[in-house]
Amino acid sequence: MNPALLDVSSHGTVELKIPGRAEWVAVARLAVAAVASRLRFSVDEVEDIKHAIAEACTNSIQSAGGEDSGTIEIVCDALDDELRVHVRDGSSAPKLESVKPSGLDEGRTEELGVFLIRALMDSVEYTNDPRRGTELAMTKRVTA
Amino acid sequence: MDIKVNVRESEGDAYVVDLTGEIDVYTSPKVKDAITELIDQEHYNLVINLEKVRYIDSTGLGVLIGGLKRVREHGGSVNLVCTNPQIKKIFDITGLVKIFGIFDDEQSAMKALV
Repeated sequence: MNPALLDVSSHGTVELKIPGRAEWVAVARLAVAAVASRLRFSVDEVEDIKHAIAEACTNSIQSAGGEDSGTIEIVCDALDDELRVHVRDGSSAPKLESVKPSGLDEGRTEELGVFLIRALMDSVEYTNDPRRGTELAMTKRVTA
Repeated sequence: MDIKVNVRESEGDAYVVDLTGEIDVYTSPKVKDAITELIDQEHYNLVINLEKVRYIDSTGLGVLIGGLKRVREHGGSVNLVCTNPQIKKIFDITGLVKIFGIFDDEQSAMKALV
């Protein structure tokens, strides 16, 4: 067999759209974990990514008051040493900047979710465009 | 993805809630219902066994926090059984290790209730 055929690059973009309902969050979580597994992440790092993406989707659903929040779009860009994940929806999520560990209130689980995203990923950016909705851009870099 | 909830009476007035599966935005209402029912029946000392839980998100944490707040109003407590490193990490990151008693086995969690 030609050795070149075995040189499979991890580069690639995977797009997924899920209904903005609670029962679909696990699908997003598992799909992104499968993409993350293509890179050289440790098992723990893949778990971190899964968790962060699930929290982002949950945040979208909760921002819609638990009702159907339309469609949640998840785009994964797999690069050599990092995974970039964009989670987009049509709602307005809580501002990430307002969430700090010392400010956690026991009852505010949405903020708990946002706090977890920040803790588990290497970088997190939040943008809100009235025309395009909310986008959460997250990056996890390979440490090994 | 699903969560199995089993409630059983233990020593004294304490109850154990055994959870199996994944606790997320979809399954956490089932956990909340079980805990709420126990508290409504005036059972304020609870051990929640997370030994067979593979995943918990912020909504699951919220359910546990809500239960703890309610039982504390009546002088009760909620202790957790958890050995899964990934789940322990979530409690650690969020600072909830300072709020909950987290134990490696049910016997220790039960003993610490009193």
